[in-house]
Amino acid sequence: MEPKLGIRNVKSMIFKGVIIFFAFLITVPLIIVLLYIIKQGITQVNWSFLTHVPAPTGEKGGGIANALLGSFIMVMMASVVAVPVGILAGIYLSENPGTKLAYYSGLCVDILQGVPSIVVGIVVYFWVVKPLGGFSAIAGSIALAIMMLPIIIRSTEQTLKLLPDSLKEAALSLGVPYHRVIIKVIIPCGFAGILSGITLSIARIIGETAPLLFTALGNNFLTMKITGPMDSLPHVIFSYATSPYDDWHDLAWGASFILLMFVLTLNIVTKLLTRKWKIQL
Amino acid sequence: MENTIVKAENYNSYFGDNHVVKDVNISIHKNEVIAVMGPSGCGKTTFLRGINRMHELIPGATSKGKILLDGENVYDMNAIYVRAKIGMVFQRPNPFPNLSIYENVVAGYLLNGIKLSKADKDAIVEKSLTSAALWKEVKDSLHKKGTFLSGGQQQRLCIARAIAMQPELILFDEPTSALDPISTSSVEALFHELKANYTLIIVTHNMQQAARVSDRTAFFYMGELVEFDDTKQMFTAPRDQRTQNYITGRFS
Repeated sequence: MEPKLGIRNVKSMIFKGVIIFFAFLITVPLIIVLLYIIKQGITQVNWSFLTHVPAPTGEKGGGIANALLGSFIMVMMASVVAVPVGILAGIYLSENPGTKLAYYSGLCVDILQGVPSIVVGIVVYFWVVKPLGGFSAIAGSIALAIMMLPIIIRSTEQTLKLLPDSLKEAALSLGVPYHRVIIKVIIPCGFAGILSGITLSIARIIGETAPLLFTALGNNFLTMKITGPMDSLPHVIFSYATSPYDDWHDLAWGASFILLMFVLTLNIVTKLLTRKWKIQL
Repeated sequence: MENTIVKAENYNSYFGDNHVVKDVNISIHKNEVIAVMGPSGCGKTTFLRGINRMHELIPGATSKGKILLDGENVYDMNAIYVRAKIGMVFQRPNPFPNLSIYENVVAGYLLNGIKLSKADKDAIVEKSLTSAALWKEVKDSLHKKGTFLSGGQQQRLCIARAIAMQPELILFDEPTSALDPISTSSVEALFHELKANYTLIIVTHNMQQAARVSDRTAFFYMGELVEFDDTKQMFTAPRDQRTQNYITGRFS
């Protein structure tokens, strides 16, 4: 039977056209959002915007210095806890895939990843804020650390699982004890992947507002006191944007622009670093 | 016997309930090259990995019986110490991808946290690479990553890494099965030179290789050590019918 090549070719071309169209389509919302925020925000950003705290109602000017510092401090504190814990848990999951503990903790990680951030905020509110008697940067950091964990754990696990067993055997056959095999061989070989998990988790939490609403609250003043309320970039956007004043709306755009630039830069730097440090197996 | 370096006494290995190595008794002399051959799944690799206690790293793997290294049962010694004392080269070259050629050679010291002076390290690197017939090829690129080398060079680098620890015994688990013919012959040529200072046990599924490189050959079949004899004797006049069938190609 003569195959209908013409029709087949046309069908293939239509199919190809459809997938190209959708691949293109999904970039449109991102580009629109990006352009809009840049357009609205870039005019707000200047030195004074970055170095001043919000101005009192009615006065001109004001900035986001308190939020920048607050976000920095809280992300740092969250990372100090979540990075080592996440990496260690990820190592266990990749090293002991068949065990019951790995199964259940893996399940917990998946569930934790799916917990809405506002729920994390409420839980930390009842566990930390209430017993300590007030909103604090510590509570905010704990909420953020909880949100970072599943991302770091899973990315560490996935990265290390891809390393061949022969690598571990090579080290073990030289009489290297297990803990040194992990520290000196497995982690360095998976470093690029682990690092990208960490930066990914930072990019994720830096923009989280919900878990901070009940925990770190917000603060119009520049503070480094971690036992007291502290401001953050997403929170300052929230409070500026929900205010009734037009010039405060503009400040919200400016803060959005800064946040966006930070996340973009973090993503690009991660891509470059992981490419540079990627180990050729 | 004074000349004996490795002796297995009623040695058995298991994967769970699966009995893979059955009652092996064998005695290997110093500075011998031993080939261990047999069809796939006959337990030859498992036996080899029992000697330096790598077998037990696989979940569910156990063993019974004795393996004496210089008269001392390795199963009474610390496993980490046993592995440091016995060199091992694997089927696929596995240099550490995060280390340079230089660091790969001294990896046994580096990874164990043993501090050496620069001069000592330099000496070990040169000596080991020379013994592994790789020095001339890499002496100008010692600080490049080991993974940039060709397969055969990588395998010789792994041999240098094993030699650097000054073992008496080196185990080879099908060391050329992932290599092209030219790399294979470069590694085989090396066996003859290593013999002067080390005892080599080489697992191979390649009969020609066993015939080319070894002094004595052990033939494993279905987990049993069927025959262990001078290589010439075995390939010209095997005593066991199963060996005869295997080397004449009735099964593989």
